[in-house]
Amino acid sequence: MKELSELIFVEGLRYTDDHEWVTASGDTVKVGITDYAQDQMGDIVFVEGPEVGDELKKGDEFGTIESVKAVSELYLPISGEIVAVNEDLDDAPEAVNEDPYKNWLVEIKPSDPSELEGLLTLEAYKELLKG
Amino acid sequence: MAKNPGLTGLIIEEPLLWEKGGKGRSGMCIPDSDVPAATPVAALTGAGPDFPDLSEVDIVRHYTRLSQWNFGVDTGMYPLGSCTMKYNPKINEKFAATAELAAAHPMLADEYVQGNLQVIYELQSYLGTISGLPGVTLQPAAGAHGELTGMMIFAAYHKSRNSKRTKILIPDTAHGTNPASAALCGYKPVHLKSGANGILPIQAVIDAMDEETAGIMITNPNTLGLFETNIREIADIVHSKGGLVYGDGANMNAIMGVIDLGKSGVDIMHWNVHKTLSTPHGGGGPGAGPVCVTKELEKFLPVPRAIKVGDSYKMEYDCPDSIGKIHAFHGNFSVLMRAYSYIRTMGAENLKKASHLAVLNAVYIKEELRGTLKLAYDRPCMHEVVFSDEWLQEYKISTLDVAKRLIDHGYHPPTIYFPLVVHGAIMIEPTETECKEDIDQFIAAMKTVVAEAKTDPESLRQAPVNAKLRRLDETQAARRPCLCG
Repeated sequence: MKELSELIFVEGLRYTDDHEWVTASGDTVKVGITDYAQDQMGDIVFVEGPEVGDELKKGDEFGTIESVKAVSELYLPISGEIVAVNEDLDDAPEAVNEDPYKNWLVEIKPSDPSELEGLLTLEAYKELLKG
Repeated sequence: MAKNPGLTGLIIEEPLLWEKGGKGRSGMCIPDSDVPAATPVAALTGAGPDFPDLSEVDIVRHYTRLSQWNFGVDTGMYPLGSCTMKYNPKINEKFAATAELAAAHPMLADEYVQGNLQVIYELQSYLGTISGLPGVTLQPAAGAHGELTGMMIFAAYHKSRNSKRTKILIPDTAHGTNPASAALCGYKPVHLKSGANGILPIQAVIDAMDEETAGIMITNPNTLGLFETNIREIADIVHSKGGLVYGDGANMNAIMGVIDLGKSGVDIMHWNVHKTLSTPHGGGGPGAGPVCVTKELEKFLPVPRAIKVGDSYKMEYDCPDSIGKIHAFHGNFSVLMRAYSYIRTMGAENLKKASHLAVLNAVYIKEELRGTLKLAYDRPCMHEVVFSDEWLQEYKISTLDVAKRLIDHGYHPPTIYFPLVVHGAIMIEPTETECKEDIDQFIAAMKTVVAEAKTDPESLRQAPVNAKLRRLDETQAARRPCLCG
């Protein structure tokens, strides 16, 4: 498993305690998992997402991600409506291991865009990983 | 010390049945037909199934060779934490195979199966006595089915009080099937976080428990192998809000005859007879998950239950408040017979001693390995102990590598990466059936593997090398499974 110094981070994204990243473009946000999360989980074999149109609240479980080690729940970092689910992952879940920042999981239309400001900055996320 | 048991013997490769044999080969000779041939209706005929052509010895060798690749508790120590792979005494099999009991037809009237009913009645009574919860059903077909039965009783109880409840509290150290059992009964599971010491803090229950919550499902000892020392206080809080306490009995093997669940505040519990009472692990076969409840909840238990009227036994169906039937006939009788045999052959004192030894063996491993691997929680453990791979990270060695290398040393690996609350968990449960010499040998193997991790980490990454197959590509197997014959 990677040391802190080996992990890939991306500037300009927001992060969560659950090792997800969030980025806004226009009036929607995309959500994925961080390099730390994919590294800890190991080889990902299945991603189960929500239905497009689901209205979910911040902290709600929106799907599961299964690796050879375990099944982990995914928690929504921001309240809103699911407007897209990355269907490419159905046939190629390994894409999340290969490039976790390019291969997003869901796209949300936030019901309260100000929630984004409450998420961790890159610096705060790095602090979290240092423990 | 005895020699390392991890050696290879004459292990023979074996193809699939479809890759064996030859056209026309068969296991028997069928005499020529001596009746005139008839012309069957075309709609009823077609190409036959694709059966391989094999002789009798082809098939016998095929399955014998497969069985030689197998590893079971009859082969060696199987320290799979949370699964309790303890030895199943063969006398259980002998009693369960007794023709007078095993061949009884389930539709025979009660008067013709008094022996079977006596076993059911007495087993109900023993489980009630051991658990401290006197109302007992033997009907559920597995532990998770027992949980579902318990949740149905939660629902029936609240309905009888005109109390509408929608949620249920489940700590992150509960038995993994609990949330599903609750959800199947319409309850929304509310997760509670265990504390830094691995047990459920009283405050977490105070904060979460309200009058819309049906109760709590708590596993004690929990899946970290730790005793929930706050159980009585937690039960009082749940009861004060009108809720019930479900005590998952997955780990009863650590507390038989030691803890009275009724006195600890539990209202309903189930047994995993394959863990605690030495019946075979199902593997999809029949199981049993008896449920015990307080006197107050007894009227809700499923039907039928065995009762004694004078000197004879009968199955009682007349219970108007019952949740109804959850299984056909008498439950999975052959499995119950093995649990009955275990209890009768052990006796009260030895059941208690089995729990004592299960805990002692785990504590012994914990103390012997405390300098070797990092303890997830350094506090007294019960029947299993959880380590982590934290001390091996600097050598780029993970729990998976340790597990694979143990195979080379002749041991089935412990449970890994579970429970999820421990990062890189290695959960070891020796059970009471291993003797000190065997446990010492296992400890020595663990120490050797950890020493190798530091001096020759590649030997762990390459492991297993002594096994029939090397490390399998679990990722490809999960991503692109090949399920054809």
